[in-house]
Amino acid sequence: MNLLSFKGGIHPPHSKEYTENKPIKTAVEPSLVHIPLRQHIGAPASPLVKVGDIVKVGQKIGEAGGFVSVPIHASISGIVKSVKNQSVLGGSALTISIENDLKNEIHESVLPKGKLEDLSGKEIIEIIKEAGIVGMGGAGFPTHVKLSPPPDKKIDVVILNGAECEPYLTNDYRLMIENPEEIIFGMEALMKIFNLKEGYIGIENNKPEAFKIMTQAAKRNPGIKIVGLKTKYPQGAEKQLINAITGRQVPSGGLPMEVGAVVNNVATAAAIANAIQSGMPLIERICTVTGRGVKDPQNIRIKIGTMINEIVEQCGGYTDDVGKLIMGGPMMGIASHTDKLPSTKTTSGILVFTEKEAKIPEPSACIKCGKCVEACPSFLQPSYISAYALIDNLVMAEKYNAMDCIECGSCSFVCPSKRPLVDSIRIAKREILEQRRKSK
Amino acid sequence: MEKLLRVSSSPHIRSKETVSSIMRDVVIALIPATLAGIYFFGMNAAIIVAISIISAVATEAAMQSLRKKPITINDWSAVVTGLLLAMNLPASAPWWIPIIGAIFAIAIVKHAFGGLGSNFMNPALAARAFLVTSWPIEMTTWLAPGADAVTAATPLGLIKEGGTAQLPSLMNAVLGNIGGSLGETSALLLILGGIYLLYRGVISVRIPAFYIGTVFILTFLLGGFDIFNSFYAIFVGGLMLGAIYMATDYSSSPITPKGQIIFAVGAGLLTTLIRFYGGYPEGVQFSILLMNIATPIIERYTAPKVFGGVKK
Repeated sequence: MNLLSFKGGIHPPHSKEYTENKPIKTAVEPSLVHIPLRQHIGAPASPLVKVGDIVKVGQKIGEAGGFVSVPIHASISGIVKSVKNQSVLGGSALTISIENDLKNEIHESVLPKGKLEDLSGKEIIEIIKEAGIVGMGGAGFPTHVKLSPPPDKKIDVVILNGAECEPYLTNDYRLMIENPEEIIFGMEALMKIFNLKEGYIGIENNKPEAFKIMTQAAKRNPGIKIVGLKTKYPQGAEKQLINAITGRQVPSGGLPMEVGAVVNNVATAAAIANAIQSGMPLIERICTVTGRGVKDPQNIRIKIGTMINEIVEQCGGYTDDVGKLIMGGPMMGIASHTDKLPSTKTTSGILVFTEKEAKIPEPSACIKCGKCVEACPSFLQPSYISAYALIDNLVMAEKYNAMDCIECGSCSFVCPSKRPLVDSIRIAKREILEQRRKSK
Repeated sequence: MEKLLRVSSSPHIRSKETVSSIMRDVVIALIPATLAGIYFFGMNAAIIVAISIISAVATEAAMQSLRKKPITINDWSAVVTGLLLAMNLPASAPWWIPIIGAIFAIAIVKHAFGGLGSNFMNPALAARAFLVTSWPIEMTTWLAPGADAVTAATPLGLIKEGGTAQLPSLMNAVLGNIGGSLGETSALLLILGGIYLLYRGVISVRIPAFYIGTVFILTFLLGGFDIFNSFYAIFVGGLMLGAIYMATDYSSSPITPKGQIIFAVGAGLLTTLIRFYGGYPEGVQFSILLMNIATPIIERYTAPKVFGGVKK
């Protein structure tokens, strides 16, 4: 197989053996869900229900707060217990809590949207928007925004990301094995939007089973090509994936649409298929609960809004020496000090480290080995940007192209001195943005 | 779960490689060639190696405590400097030469400029240059290999003086059975160690390949288009030791891949020119030191072009 890839990157241990052979299991119905109105990049949704209201599965309970925003739906049927600020990952957000009546009543708005042939591109985008679909790889960018480029930008290639380059995570892998038809249907819907005959689904070569099954499923549409990618992190980063598959480089500071590409996660495609075929908005997702800190690692289908601690409990609970809880994968996931948080549309993984694994290494002086420079998929010099960032020299950090950092963490991973490279660059980026905002 | 968990920003996993593991790998890579040096030149070579390493580590500890910095002698970096210095000394050197050399390398070249990662020249090489210019007799009294420890000229010294008739065979040059610094003579074992370092990902092939390649090609062009001269030139003198272990010193060579190639070609060019036209028979030491000094400017002009970058 001719494997495609990008320049730079790293080879962390895959660590997928905990869950890769575990079929997706459906979580028990939660007795209570807490659904935040902000689970995406952009403006939060505004609540459409009040305490005491009876809601049904799939009912819209939050209206999109603008164009870059999506609506929020009830993931269970029951009674609204509260609409108030609650803790979410990285802060707090207005959250709707629903107590389950266990009737599992489907809302009347949830209806199949008809055949793909009969839908126009505009209608498909509207369905995606109304279903509250966001990028499910972890970023949570509203999908309909990606699919609505300005008229002067012609999209000529649609790519689905099945790379799943984050170590530990296997939710996309299991989805590709168990529900390939959904992904292919979602792909066809995306191709229909742009009137394209061809599309690519990229899969890393450490997932031969998924590659085989997806190739089989794609046979019904000769325009859909399953392409093998080299197993390398961050193969699934949007710009790196476009580069690997099409050879195009998204211009610095630009969006994929500038090279005519649209990239979506395979799980996002499956959600799109669902929204069209059954009419069910995005109310559940597959989450990989894994790591040495969990007794029985699983790929589990959860209702959005289920508390993290309840999900972990269904995976055998924690081992005795839990040290760190990470939402997402180990390379770009976000650590949380508590598990009393609701799951969201972007909870792709719950990774639990033991205390030993959680230990943060002591940084030492940079020895100028240049490994970060070779690893950087954006072709930056992370050691220099970081050095300037650490002495608050934002001008020089920006000159060294800090803003082109995609925060993949490859530099920090390879650094033999265990320096906080991406951490400091991330902070510099925020400060540079803040300064730009102020000077406007 | 009631206890507090650790939080930190991503990534949450790090590679196993550390500064100590890298430095330890360099020491491991140098062991075969060091043992060969002791085998060829006798006990005094072993004593020099020991004195040099001990002095380097002691100086490191002393400087760090003077600078009120954490003592990091267990990171093996001072051991590497001490060992490399010893390998660059003649086996006949008196005991005080490695002591002075190690103190100069660690205290002046390394710590006066900020310590590990901040030195702009290779400490061991700079110390050797200091010793050669200060005590030229002691530093150029070469021993012939063997138990008798008689003095002898190095192959490059012979070439410089036109005594090509007494040149040792190419095979002896490859094995290390020739005159020279105690650790530089066995090209074969130095290459073996280099392969280990490549395998471990400690060095990239760029600097050694372009350095040695440049010397090979230039010697062919300047040396009368005789391919034998080219082979001879890469196996004698300090080239293997310099190209694989000294020019690849992280902090005194460019961090950019393109810069490393320019650095290596420059060092190869200077080495060959010094060997052919310079006052010294061997040019490896000064060529690397000169390229060390050029490193910041090379880096500035070889910054990688950012992904998707044309504008700005």
